[in-house]
Amino acid sequence: MGADTLSSDPKLERIAKGNALALCATGTWTASFAPVLERIVADAEKLAGGPQSIFIDVSEVAKLDTFGAWLIERLRRSLTKGTVEAQIAGLSANYSSLVDEVRRVRATPVIDGSTITITGMLEQIGRAVAGVGGTFAGLIDMLGAVLAAGAHVLIHPRSLRLTSTVHHLEQVCWRAVPIIVLITFLIGCIIAQQGIFHFRRFGADIFVVDMLGVLVLREIGVLLVAIMVAGRSGSAYTAELGSMKMREEIDALRTMGFDPIEVLVLPRMLALVLALPILAFLGAMAALYGGGLVAWLYGGVDPEAFLLRLRDAISIDHFIVGIVKAPVMAAVIGIVACVEGLAVQGSAESLGQHTTASVVKGIFFVIVMDGVFAIFFASIGM
Amino acid sequence: MADEIQNPIIRVRDITVQFGATRVLDGLNLDVKRGEILGFVGPSGAGKSVLTRTIIGLVPKVAGSIEVFGVDLDSSNTSQRRNVERRWGVLFQQGALFSSLTVRQNIQFPMREYLRVSQRLMDEITMAKLAMVGLKPEVADRFPSELSGGMIKRVALARALSLDPDLVFLDEPTSGLDPIGAGDFDDLVRTLQRTLGLTVFMVTHDLDSLYTACDRIAVLGNGKIIAAGSIADMQASQHPWLRQYFHGKRARAVVT
Repeated sequence: MGADTLSSDPKLERIAKGNALALCATGTWTASFAPVLERIVADAEKLAGGPQSIFIDVSEVAKLDTFGAWLIERLRRSLTKGTVEAQIAGLSANYSSLVDEVRRVRATPVIDGSTITITGMLEQIGRAVAGVGGTFAGLIDMLGAVLAAGAHVLIHPRSLRLTSTVHHLEQVCWRAVPIIVLITFLIGCIIAQQGIFHFRRFGADIFVVDMLGVLVLREIGVLLVAIMVAGRSGSAYTAELGSMKMREEIDALRTMGFDPIEVLVLPRMLALVLALPILAFLGAMAALYGGGLVAWLYGGVDPEAFLLRLRDAISIDHFIVGIVKAPVMAAVIGIVACVEGLAVQGSAESLGQHTTASVVKGIFFVIVMDGVFAIFFASIGM
Repeated sequence: MADEIQNPIIRVRDITVQFGATRVLDGLNLDVKRGEILGFVGPSGAGKSVLTRTIIGLVPKVAGSIEVFGVDLDSSNTSQRRNVERRWGVLFQQGALFSSLTVRQNIQFPMREYLRVSQRLMDEITMAKLAMVGLKPEVADRFPSELSGGMIKRVALARALSLDPDLVFLDEPTSGLDPIGAGDFDDLVRTLQRTLGLTVFMVTHDLDSLYTACDRIAVLGNGKIIAAGSIADMQASQHPWLRQYFHGKRARAVVT
């Protein structure tokens, strides 16, 4: 602690020394005093210009570190413009090696940050548009790679990573059941409540059952579950693969002769494609149950009447339309998540960006797919 | 001189660290003197990194006390602790550079937080630090993922030194470097210790570092310091692990 108790404000004073410009530095020239030191040195730099020789006495400096040494060096450099010589006197042996070290540093001009220009903005827009094309190419590339790996597994069933698949199935399906059932149950309740509230004005309470059945089985059940799975499991896939990419684990797999698609991507995809129909079914049942409960307690439609009406309102077609979409949506979510995961670069920031992109693109494609399916089923009259 | 011996820069007393049922450090005592380079050795998994991390405050201890710069880190308040943290620099085993910042931003990070100085001075000091650790100025605008292992170590050292600390912790600074690079690194630590008056706490496995860079060596075994002293003391020791370490095949190659 000795040096600290002695610390005192740094000073730089002009002292009389014949014709020369003589400066005497005192006090503690360290990082903690850097703001003060910078001001002192900037003031002293204004003394430059005369033809006199320059003399900087540092023998009274109590403590010197890189900051102090550099500022003395900066002062020396700005005072010695032209032909004038500057002398630094009174350096102790330890500090002189530090000053020598600092003297070797070349003043490199600081590169200014990028400025915003019109061409720069146009370039960015162009790159973003080209990036959209790249996204589709990447997705199709991954789809092809997954199908190829799947075909390989079909021919050699023993190369399927069963343990890994089951593990991921537990993560994305079994552990997702409580939250998915809870949320779809609540959505079913809300749909039924809103339906009854508005239909009652026309005396059409009972049609809430039709609305609930069609909406839940065809659209809400699977769409809502797919969006939740994209947020829950798509992001996890991207983060897992991304951090494996960052630590060169994927490169390690490759060098050992394993195909990362077969080892990492295929089990995840399989788990997701199996999980989403199961979750969509459970979700639809929970939503119907919730809706039925509200219809009974709030709308006065007793369970028997509800079930009777439901049987009339919906057919197996509605259920098939809903559940057929689930594996396709799962594949889209999985492919987007894996493409983004494998695109992660070295930094933590990149991992965050790709995880965000994975969820956003996953949800976007799920909704686009839903639209495409709606047109398709309308055309074939289902 | 007597005063400095009486007031070690780090004073570790009877510390015990436990993970579950395994006791990693068991009543360990250690002093690090001002201005020395202490080499810290021991078998893999003996708890060298755990001790370092305990002193820095990253691993909780079950018992004992740690004083750094005369401040007891358990009873100190936030501002005292902040003061101590500002006076030490840490070089982690893997560098631990911030991956989304450039080299320049990494080195300037502590300065930006602790000192209110102009961007110009920060840039100039950054260049000085890069030169000190033997890197070219062009490296400044690269990201950590674009650097080699040796460069990452050097940048991490530059960041550890960015506030001109009095004490630096180096966790295996030369592991993963080629012998020439490792030798340069030892010289660098020596030079910096001389020019900046640093105290260095260095965990290492590198016998060359022990011979060329360290003033004193402490050996960890069974959760305690089993020996501490100069390299000559270590060679004279009769402890079986030390005999093997300093007289093994690899050690002879260094000595001769």
